[in-house]
Amino acid sequence: MTAAATTAPPPAELSPRVGLAEGLRQTMTLAWRTIVQVRHNPWELGDFSIQPIMFVLLFTYVFGGAIAGSTGEYLTFALPGIIVMNMLFITMYVGTGLNIDLTKGVFDRLRSLPVARWAPMAGRILADQVKQAWSIFLLLAVGMILGFRIGTDVASLLAAVGLMLVFALAFSWVSVLVGVLAKDPEKVQLFGFTALFPVTFVSNVFAPTDTMPGWLQKFVEVNPVTILADASRALMLGDETTGTQWHVASATTPALQSLLWAAVIAAVFAPLSVWALRRRV
Amino acid sequence: MDHAIWADGLVKRFGETTALDGVNLGVRTGTVLGLLGPNGAGKTTAVRVLATLLRPDAGTASVGGYDIERQAHQVRQLVGLTGQYAAVDEMLTGAENLLLIGRLLGMPRPAAKQRARELLSDFDLTDAADRAAKTYSGGMRRRLDLAASLVGRPQMLFLDEPTTGLDPRARSELWSLIRRLVSGGVTVLLTTQYLEEADALADEIVVIDHGRVIATGTPDELKAKTGSQTLAVRPEDESHLPLVTAVVGELTKSTPELQGSRVTAPVTDPAVLPAVVRRLDDAGVLVTELTLRGASLNEVFLSLTGHPAEDGDGDEGPTEGSLT
Repeated sequence: MTAAATTAPPPAELSPRVGLAEGLRQTMTLAWRTIVQVRHNPWELGDFSIQPIMFVLLFTYVFGGAIAGSTGEYLTFALPGIIVMNMLFITMYVGTGLNIDLTKGVFDRLRSLPVARWAPMAGRILADQVKQAWSIFLLLAVGMILGFRIGTDVASLLAAVGLMLVFALAFSWVSVLVGVLAKDPEKVQLFGFTALFPVTFVSNVFAPTDTMPGWLQKFVEVNPVTILADASRALMLGDETTGTQWHVASATTPALQSLLWAAVIAAVFAPLSVWALRRRV
Repeated sequence: MDHAIWADGLVKRFGETTALDGVNLGVRTGTVLGLLGPNGAGKTTAVRVLATLLRPDAGTASVGGYDIERQAHQVRQLVGLTGQYAAVDEMLTGAENLLLIGRLLGMPRPAAKQRARELLSDFDLTDAADRAAKTYSGGMRRRLDLAASLVGRPQMLFLDEPTTGLDPRARSELWSLIRRLVSGGVTVLLTTQYLEEADALADEIVVIDHGRVIATGTPDELKAKTGSQTLAVRPEDESHLPLVTAVVGELTKSTPELQGSRVTAPVTDPAVLPAVVRRLDDAGVLVTELTLRGASLNEVFLSLTGHPAEDGDGDEGPTEGSLT
């Protein structure tokens, strides 16, 4: 050990707290870390790239004809919803990653460093947003290759993407809570899929609501997945759905309802998560 | 002499468990303090409190003159922490792990990369620099973990059981790394379950048990308190046990203990061992074991507390339970 081990002279004055700009820079660094992890962990990339594409192909070509009469039409109706569903599954990585940090002691190491207390969480959620954007882009690109067409304009498309990212941001807190409470990363995944499968499938993502029994419709109609899927369809397809069972007259109502859901989820789960995390560390 | 770390009456409870029950300790600048105790004694809790990861329920402590509660951010700028489990990001490479810490400490990217290279080379990890840490051996992970705590050139280093689970070679490598750091002027707080380790590295030892300090002193003072070494002899033929017991008893001037087919007795005179060998040889007694060893942690505990070190699990209450 040569120069590297020697101690630097004590700094004259240590700063008493982390500034906002510094905290944001630390958040960026921690987000970078989460993205770089994917490079060494190709199965994760597969999870949020190949798996959703498989879903699109499966539903379009296997079930599409039976549900909508034609695979092409079905793709148009299903893709916005599949993107929403995939978004929810991807948020589970926030909890899995956090749980790994907690169980491996990395979270303690980060807390022992002079970094903003909120930076580790913010970094994870920012990285999640990058993964979300990538996944949405990928699904839209694959959809377009298969014949999906945007019936509105770029502004509406961006609004749909923005709405999904806002919802993902809020829903990440559910994932954080699960990540903090679970004993190990596998349990986070298990819980995520067990809870998310019914919530995402019992919606109008894959089939129109009015084809379902009455008691189920009640749930489907209030399910935020349905509401967000409606908003996305309206924003991406516009008038193209006119006359179909998926038609939503205006994007305004479902978009506002989605934002309301996002606000409620964040208001409940963000404080719960922070409380659970304080208890655990 | 000034103290880099000072703790006064630290108390930490986890529900019903009192992990720290009024711990006082001081570490002089540039020295190594060994915090010695069995599992569950409160070592990890003490380190976590001093590293600002846990808030004490009572008592005060300062690190580098900064209060651990009111000036936690300053304390974090002074301290490098290496926990019980190598806390490295297994999905990143060794180089990326160190780069991450450097960037978080505010180093510009080129400087952080340069620092990572220096440390990887110092810790003999250059060849593994671009491999994911999950492919590292236990010893390599510990070295990377220690390197990660040194990125910011901390004045103080907290090492929580740095060698637990390492094989003897990796352990002695880590010891020499720690010695080199100390010769570079770093103040070290080291926890360990091994008397041998505290003896090898520490200038001063604080022995804790059930969250209380039960002894403080230099390794030599502590060993003087706990007395002698132990001689153990196991004859090949069990029928020789009475003879061996008699010889050992005569030469050590004590009443030897019989543990199975092994005779043990405390020894203070270095001439005893060769004398025992001569006498047994003369009598034609073959032995399968003949050892002289220093006091173990158990013996230290026995003589300090009157009870052996309990090997309780769930060290340090809920923290460990939930984090393992």
